[in-house]
Amino acid sequence: MDNGTGIGARVKRKEDHRFLTGKGNYTDDINLPKQTYAYFVRSPHAHATINKIGTSKARNMPGVVGIFTGEDVAATKLGGLICGWMIHSKDGSPMKAGPHPILALGKVRYVGDHVAVVIAETREQAKAAAAAVEVDYGVLPHVVDVADAMGHKAQIHDVAPDNRVYNWSIGDEAATDAAFKRAKHITKIDLVNNRLIPNAMEPRAAIGCYDTGAEHYTLYTTSQNPHVARLVISAFHGLAPEHKLRVIAPDVGGGFGSKIFIYAEEVVCVWASRFVGGRPVKWTAERTESFLADAHGRDHVTHAEMATDADGKIIGFKVHTKAAMGAYLSTFSSCVPTYLYATLLSGQYNIPNIYAEVDALYTNTAPVDAYRGAGRPEATYVVERIVETAARELKMDPAEFRRKNFVTQFPHQTPVIMCYDAGDYAATLDKALEIADVKGFAARKAASAAKGNYRGLGYSAYIEACGIAPSAAVGSLGAGVGLWESAEVRVNPVGTVEILTGSHSHGQGHETTFAQLVSDRLGIDINNVSIVHGDTDKVQFGMGTYGSRSGAVGMTAISKALDKIEAKAKRIAAAVMESSPDDVEFKNGTFTVKGTDKKMAFGEVALSAYVAHKFNSAQVEPGLKESAFHDPSNFVFPAGVHIAEVEIDGDTGVTTVVNYTAVDDFGNVINPMIVEGQVHGGITQGIGQALAEGAVYDKESGQLLTGSYMDYQMPRAADVPSYKLGFTCTPCPSNPLGMKGCGEAGAIASPAAVMNAVTDALGVVDVPMPATPHVVWKYMQHLKKAAE
Amino acid sequence: MPAISMKVNGEAVCGDVEGRTLLVEFIREKLGLTGTHVGCDTSQCGACVVLVDGKAVKSCTALAAAHDGADVTTVEGLARDGKMHPMQEAFKDNHGLQCGFCTPGMVIASIDMVNRLGKNLSEETIRHELEGNICRCTGYHNIVAAVKAGAANM
Repeated sequence: MDNGTGIGARVKRKEDHRFLTGKGNYTDDINLPKQTYAYFVRSPHAHATINKIGTSKARNMPGVVGIFTGEDVAATKLGGLICGWMIHSKDGSPMKAGPHPILALGKVRYVGDHVAVVIAETREQAKAAAAAVEVDYGVLPHVVDVADAMGHKAQIHDVAPDNRVYNWSIGDEAATDAAFKRAKHITKIDLVNNRLIPNAMEPRAAIGCYDTGAEHYTLYTTSQNPHVARLVISAFHGLAPEHKLRVIAPDVGGGFGSKIFIYAEEVVCVWASRFVGGRPVKWTAERTESFLADAHGRDHVTHAEMATDADGKIIGFKVHTKAAMGAYLSTFSSCVPTYLYATLLSGQYNIPNIYAEVDALYTNTAPVDAYRGAGRPEATYVVERIVETAARELKMDPAEFRRKNFVTQFPHQTPVIMCYDAGDYAATLDKALEIADVKGFAARKAASAAKGNYRGLGYSAYIEACGIAPSAAVGSLGAGVGLWESAEVRVNPVGTVEILTGSHSHGQGHETTFAQLVSDRLGIDINNVSIVHGDTDKVQFGMGTYGSRSGAVGMTAISKALDKIEAKAKRIAAAVMESSPDDVEFKNGTFTVKGTDKKMAFGEVALSAYVAHKFNSAQVEPGLKESAFHDPSNFVFPAGVHIAEVEIDGDTGVTTVVNYTAVDDFGNVINPMIVEGQVHGGITQGIGQALAEGAVYDKESGQLLTGSYMDYQMPRAADVPSYKLGFTCTPCPSNPLGMKGCGEAGAIASPAAVMNAVTDALGVVDVPMPATPHVVWKYMQHLKKAAE
Repeated sequence: MPAISMKVNGEAVCGDVEGRTLLVEFIREKLGLTGTHVGCDTSQCGACVVLVDGKAVKSCTALAAAHDGADVTTVEGLARDGKMHPMQEAFKDNHGLQCGFCTPGMVIASIDMVNRLGKNLSEETIRHELEGNICRCTGYHNIVAAVKAGAANM
């Protein structure tokens, strides 16, 4: 239906009115009768034994309702936190997962590790009493840098004496070595992918309550996937069976991956409610706690080598990566530096031989897990930095070197599992070259040089795999769950529609885009569609939102349910209009009978379905409600070319992104306005990684030095430019809507584009991220000295 | 506990507060106006910005007791007769929000910017003036466009 609200229309968001008028409903906005407040006692040490926890002083503090430690949790047989993806080392041994108790048992393993919880009448009372809990620690050696972790004297888990969780590999090592032997040129690079802290603006929060009468738990929480939370808390922690536990994720203020995981604090709140007489237990993270105890992202140290032949074709690629896991394996941590990373090492290129090896290592830091892009930004950083470097070494134009090596035939099977289904990489490159005015760059560079500044241009031709994921495929690779999605379409008697979805919106605008699909398909006003999500009592099951899956997987499930709605509505319309269902056609919201002037509006058919006077209920059931599960047959493969242009102040080392061009192929797009917004946000996070953000643990003390917005530099409005966007389209063949995913592309592509520009400006192979003014200034001094 | 009274969104309100009670705690917890958010503990993020006597203030860094007699406007008080403030409309029209968490502070800081600097705001001015407000979703591109459009319509 082309009414301005269908597929492809720039529809203004339906959810905005409540957010703009202060009527959003985030977890911390919810207050329940007789609510208590939790505050967590956290480890001040990076690594220590717990000799004794003294709570008697704290118990006598005003307002204290309860204090619980790991022993109290263990006494109720509540299971520990889990990692849901089994990775096997190349020798076949399973990954070495150490215990991850919900409250520490005998040992703490990072600064911020959860030791005990104090529950009191007010937040201030809980905090004051937490300060009075006396913990006797025996300090142990620690290691915070992943580069140092292997075999370090700080042994973090008994199960992994050398701190190595797994040594995993992918690709054909012998064939890759052979390719290197016949190479004309070999390019080598060492890269660090800096540790990031996700920083959704809404801190994590939870309210747990136990109904002593019904023996039923409810957890309100800041989750991207409430059903997965319920499943894990039921099946693995063993708190209560699923029908006795309701998880509600109301409005959620950003996630970026950090709210996928099942964390200790949320489980403690819902568990502890039972032991404080069923009173609700509320916890809201202070920002410092978010820095300390949200799962972090990235933190890779990589050596890569690329082999090229005499013709400038890439013939081999070898990668070795050390990936930090932090002190414990978070929910999906193990799959990030393996199947979400190394499977994308072919980039947009036809590389016949690839071999990668990954050592995942424990460190005495916050756990590391999926953060916007999850593995694909790390892969893109390695591929695009080394491709750029190879082009420079071969004295080839970086754009033309890429073009020469692009995959051009589809489907394309890479040597690292993925089978790319559709794309036109040369088309995105051409469009990006034009929008970025690459032809005019030399003049702009000369103008910068005349002012004593450095100017550089950097490309990033990324590809990613999202719309995760085919259940059987991920199951064969170690996933503990299937990654389908569910949908239910409920048509009301008056013809309005409610969509129940297992996807979860925490900024993506599902209330608008999902309604656009329904408006388009059923020909009804978009305001007559509402989207229900984020409540396990309303939506039967779902896998949630991450990995840019809500469009390709979640909306396809809705589309399949709409197919069933249309089929049933046709049967009802046929009965009412006394014709055959085969002769009924549905278009623009109206059912017509072929060759006659009979017609019924969608609303009339809906009413007939419920009134049920005019059809034989033995043949057609009353009502109009259908559901569907959709399991994708492949990943989807968004790809694009981003071009960053930077200017570096020759005196101060301040790097300014002066132009940023992004051309992306997301297949068919439901709402371009929302897609552009996703790209803007992703690019900014990537520029943040490249130029500003970096989690720093002090090597000596193990303390997190970047534990607030005073120390961890978030990109602000003045740190980034307005962006120039362009789109190309090769529809995705593996879903009926032809959609790919757009949520992570910006964050995947941009760090490499910016750092290729910075290194181009300075004429060096590498500058470490974040390229802060101090870092860049030091490089400039070296250059100046060398020139003298 | 000192008793305080103030005008919030045009209505007279009063309450007893501890000396340490923050203005944002009074607004969120005593008055139940949860549109004003807390995103950090170091006065950096700006999710808590409200207007106090017409000027933008980070309500996480202000004591409630120090605002006895003040005239406070929160995001809930911007609409008139069911119609959103031009700055609110501009954020919607320009897709200047995603998750919505930083939005109340962004909108109020933007109104304050226009009140101080007038309607003709350059991109550079807008970006500089938003240094006290962090957004993790939008990348600021559409916020800048929204402030520009909202300013013109104020």
